[in-house]
Amino acid sequence: MACYLTTGKHMSIYTSVLTVLLLLAITAPAALAFGFAGASAARSRIAPLSWLGKGYIAIVRGVPDIAFFLFFVIALDQMIEYVRHRALCPDWSEPIRQGNDFVVCAAAKMPLGTAPQWVHETYGFFTAVFTFAIVFGAFAANVLFGAMRAVPRAQLETAEAYGMSPRQTFLRVLVPQMWVYALPGLSNLWMVLIKATPLLFLLGVEDIVYWARELGGTKTERFTEYPHGDWRMWYFLALLVFYLLFTRASEVVLGRIMARLTLGQATTGGEAQRKAA
Amino acid sequence: MSCLQTIADYGLRAIGIGERLLPREDFTLCQQFTLIGSGMIWNVYFGLFALILGFFFATALAMGKASHRTVFRKPAEWFIFLFRGSPLFIQFFFAYFVFLNLKGVYPFFSPFTAAWLGALIVLFLNTAAYSAEIFYGALQSIPKGEIEAADAYGLSGWSRFRRVVWPTMLRLAWPAYTNEAIFLFHATTLVYFSGFPAWQQRGDALYYASYFADKTFNPFIPYPILAMYFILLTLVIIGCFGLVNTHLNRHLPANTRQKIKLRPNLIR
Repeated sequence: MACYLTTGKHMSIYTSVLTVLLLLAITAPAALAFGFAGASAARSRIAPLSWLGKGYIAIVRGVPDIAFFLFFVIALDQMIEYVRHRALCPDWSEPIRQGNDFVVCAAAKMPLGTAPQWVHETYGFFTAVFTFAIVFGAFAANVLFGAMRAVPRAQLETAEAYGMSPRQTFLRVLVPQMWVYALPGLSNLWMVLIKATPLLFLLGVEDIVYWARELGGTKTERFTEYPHGDWRMWYFLALLVFYLLFTRASEVVLGRIMARLTLGQATTGGEAQRKAA
Repeated sequence: MSCLQTIADYGLRAIGIGERLLPREDFTLCQQFTLIGSGMIWNVYFGLFALILGFFFATALAMGKASHRTVFRKPAEWFIFLFRGSPLFIQFFFAYFVFLNLKGVYPFFSPFTAAWLGALIVLFLNTAAYSAEIFYGALQSIPKGEIEAADAYGLSGWSRFRRVVWPTMLRLAWPAYTNEAIFLFHATTLVYFSGFPAWQQRGDALYYASYFADKTFNPFIPYPILAMYFILLTLVIIGCFGLVNTHLNRHLPANTRQKIKLRPNLIR
């Protein structure tokens, strides 16, 4: 059994678990950055910037979930190739959309057709990360926008009374205080993000769902030293348990962070902590 | 071929009535609209039945989770955690392969490996867990005075639940439950992208949309069509749930009624 679980193919599934964790580790800060930018833009006093922020939140949130994932990756891919095509092959005369085909010159292919396999995989991975970041950034922007408005007005007025500029008020008063209001929404978002990671499979990344299907499938003696029947059920059970444990661990950690952030805040939670102490 | 002819051929293609072969070349807009629309039959079917069945189970689960008796509380809590803590996508795969294995042992389970039953069961259990959490939250926020008033009227047990607790719970939970319903309909698009096979290419709306996107290399037509259908469906759901909401709030003065606040949903 120990031998079976450490075959080369199984090493790939463990790597893909790491891929998922890596995706989460990159996407979460990226989405938070997108969200922060979106929320700050939506709050801006400059009208076009504010429209941009609000438009970003509204458009991405309005489109049904996985359709966006399927659509966005192809659209992004085609956009990049189109831009490169215009830049790299100026003397290309044929139209790019030939009926049903999307044709660009060889130099504009992204990644290049001659690139090694790992470049293709990394490129696919980063498109996926970018898609996740855009989508979850919009949701995070919405949460942060709400949190920024939840900070008591009196706090900002006090900052103004001390002669802080809008920029200083934003950075020194608003941002430090908004997290406690944002955290419930953000932790919810984190849970959803964890549960969205199997969708990587749809984006063509060889992730855990892919490997669970591959490895679990019936193996005959001709191709492997460890023949077995259809074990996909057990592989997916393992995935299910992995996600449940991950969710549980996140719940515990986020609960701690929440307790830490609530400390000394003028909220119901902060009041309860004060009384308990 | 005129558009009416296309509608006649492909309008019910998703449930196996009409032309057998999907269009292979010279895709027209009309074909895309018709086929994706015919796929919506499945989305509506899954969503509607899972919602109706899940509603009753969710009420039971919420009562279980709010119960003081450990025998009822623990299983309900575990069930809710199990289905809310793991991705629906993985649940679909897992359920499909479980049914596949069971089918090998007992032929009784063979319909369960088909999407119309197997995926429906997964969606039913999933929406029951999510709705139960909403209902549980609502049960916790029923005003204390209402229960005391019910006690004062001598209501207890089933009649107290039926006349006081349940209506108030529904009234409080309804806005969140509306979001859950919209969410569920969006989640139905996952069915044919997980283990469940689309038998004889009878798939849901996303199945056909991605079919067209694959064949034409142009995602800019089928996916916006799909989005349009879903926006329409969402509007219908909001309309229906809004009617129920008005009914649930009919005894309240107009300015204290709860408005349904829409929070478009994420992936589950």
